[in-house]
Amino acid sequence: MSKHLELTGVSIEFPTPKGPFKALDNVNLKIEKGEFVSLIGHSGCGKSTVLNIVAGLHKATTGGVVLEGKEVDEPGPERAVVFQNHSLLPWLSAYENVELAVKQVFKGQKSRAEMKSWIEHNLELVHMTHAMHKRPDEISGGMKQRVGIARALAMEPKVLLMDEPFGALDALTRAHLQDSLMDIQKDLNNTVIMITHDVDEAVLLSDRIVMMTNGPAATVGEILKVELPRPRDRIALADDPQYNHYRHEVLSFLYEKQRKVEDIGQHRNVKKVQAAGNESPKKRAHG
Amino acid sequence: MSSIRMTLAGVSSIAGVKSNDTLSSWFKRTARALGLPLLGLLVFLMIWQAGAKQIHTSLGEFPGPSQVYQQTLSLIADHAAERNREAEFYERQETRNAERIAKDPSYEAKIREYTGKPTFFDQIGTSLVTVLAGFVIAGLIAIPLGICIGLNGALYSALNPVIQLFKPVSPLAWLPLVTMVVSAVYVTPDPMFAKSFLTSLFTVSLCCLWPTLINTAVGVSAVSPDLQNVSKVLRLSWGTHVVKIVLPSSVPMIFTGLRLSLGIAWMVLIAAEMLAQNPGLGKFVWDEFQNGSSDSLGRIMVAVLVIGLIGFLLDRVMLLLQRAFSWDKNAITR
Repeated sequence: MSKHLELTGVSIEFPTPKGPFKALDNVNLKIEKGEFVSLIGHSGCGKSTVLNIVAGLHKATTGGVVLEGKEVDEPGPERAVVFQNHSLLPWLSAYENVELAVKQVFKGQKSRAEMKSWIEHNLELVHMTHAMHKRPDEISGGMKQRVGIARALAMEPKVLLMDEPFGALDALTRAHLQDSLMDIQKDLNNTVIMITHDVDEAVLLSDRIVMMTNGPAATVGEILKVELPRPRDRIALADDPQYNHYRHEVLSFLYEKQRKVEDIGQHRNVKKVQAAGNESPKKRAHG
Repeated sequence: MSSIRMTLAGVSSIAGVKSNDTLSSWFKRTARALGLPLLGLLVFLMIWQAGAKQIHTSLGEFPGPSQVYQQTLSLIADHAAERNREAEFYERQETRNAERIAKDPSYEAKIREYTGKPTFFDQIGTSLVTVLAGFVIAGLIAIPLGICIGLNGALYSALNPVIQLFKPVSPLAWLPLVTMVVSAVYVTPDPMFAKSFLTSLFTVSLCCLWPTLINTAVGVSAVSPDLQNVSKVLRLSWGTHVVKIVLPSSVPMIFTGLRLSLGIAWMVLIAAEMLAQNPGLGKFVWDEFQNGSSDSLGRIMVAVLVIGLIGFLLDRVMLLLQRAFSWDKNAITR
């Protein structure tokens, strides 16, 4: 029986002035419906690239992604993305940002009143009802991210893709949003792929943690099944030996097996290659 | 000192200021907002007065602030006198017509237009109308064209050399060509616009459309990749993408372009009016220069200050429009 979402032999090469750069090599991953999967790995290992391929924003050079038996070849609202930097339209209010998505996805399916209550329902899920008519520059970073999540949820996606959704937030706000996300997840039971570089976040939220090897030619290193009972409580878990065992597993993968030996200069090279589109970033910076 | 403080505190409590702290910070803010600019102006006036006395021209001393003040009054008086003469002119006609109709009821009354010399304030009006018309035409061309160029990389590559070539051209170089073309093309027995108006107008438009064009194109083409990804994930159609994402996100850049354009338009217009002897403030300056009376330099100086003031006010108006219509309140600083 085929799984809900399947990545098979996914590799991707980016053209660079020095020839093709292989960012991902033979990534295989099967995800079940309703599963919460985290991708964790060092910066530049291609986590975001995996997510972008599932989203359809990048095309795999070889291999492919199949969602419910259909191959993914372009972006679409059934694979909604929560972007790291919220990516709200700054000239629209929180409500209007969600509205744009809802109008696009449910055109002809929902009446005007149904859309309105659906938008309000999703903003309520992320506790943004009180500020839904404020524009992004009038609300805090955490609130913007909430709206970003509401927008993605409102598309009723088959897979929710989250690219370091809480990466830019302070620790307290992050914890708060993680709790909100677990609450929402309990009710909606979405299929989620989340990129993170936070070990605690990965263990707390995930059903499985996919640990990626370092690039270039990054691939899936190990997969850790997190069998902690839900609902999970961060305070109780902090003292839980099972939880700490999982943490230890991830930490030892990241800092022993996949220790970053490269220096900062090399790190930059990886970034540069990722950023390389038509012209080299150096040129862009001067032009 | 303490008694002053108390009185001030009394006053401030009426005005709704709560404590001495906010009072002193209010003073600081007022001093900054009003005091420093006033001080700057005062120093400028003193240097001007002192410097002007040192410069002797064939038309007398260089005008200082006091001469400028006198000439301003005299220009206002001239204007009032001219309006009076105009009113009297029409009154005389009307009484004459009334008399003729009384004698001969079949007589059809004719009113002749008053053809007096335009005053300083008439010239200001002419210049303002011309600059705004030229600016609007430039905007109507530049914004749509800029959007097309910004959306289409090939079109941008094709038009870029032309834009770069014409952008730095001085208005004075265009003027003879525009004049000849207008007189050749605009031939009607009953012209709605004066040729001089059209010449100034097109010269202004030609010179001031570039900043709007370029800023619009850049704004449209530089939509943040994150927002483009949002658009892709939502599968927005091309039209919706342009209307919902591209245009709003380029509004701040379009406004920046418009502000630059209006500034250029105003500078270009004065030069064009001077060179072409087209009605307006530029012609006023040139006429006074040719006139060469002992008042001339003072009057020119009044015109210089008025030109500066109007330029400043035009910029403020654009700023207010930008504040009202642009979502990016941070982009508006000075």
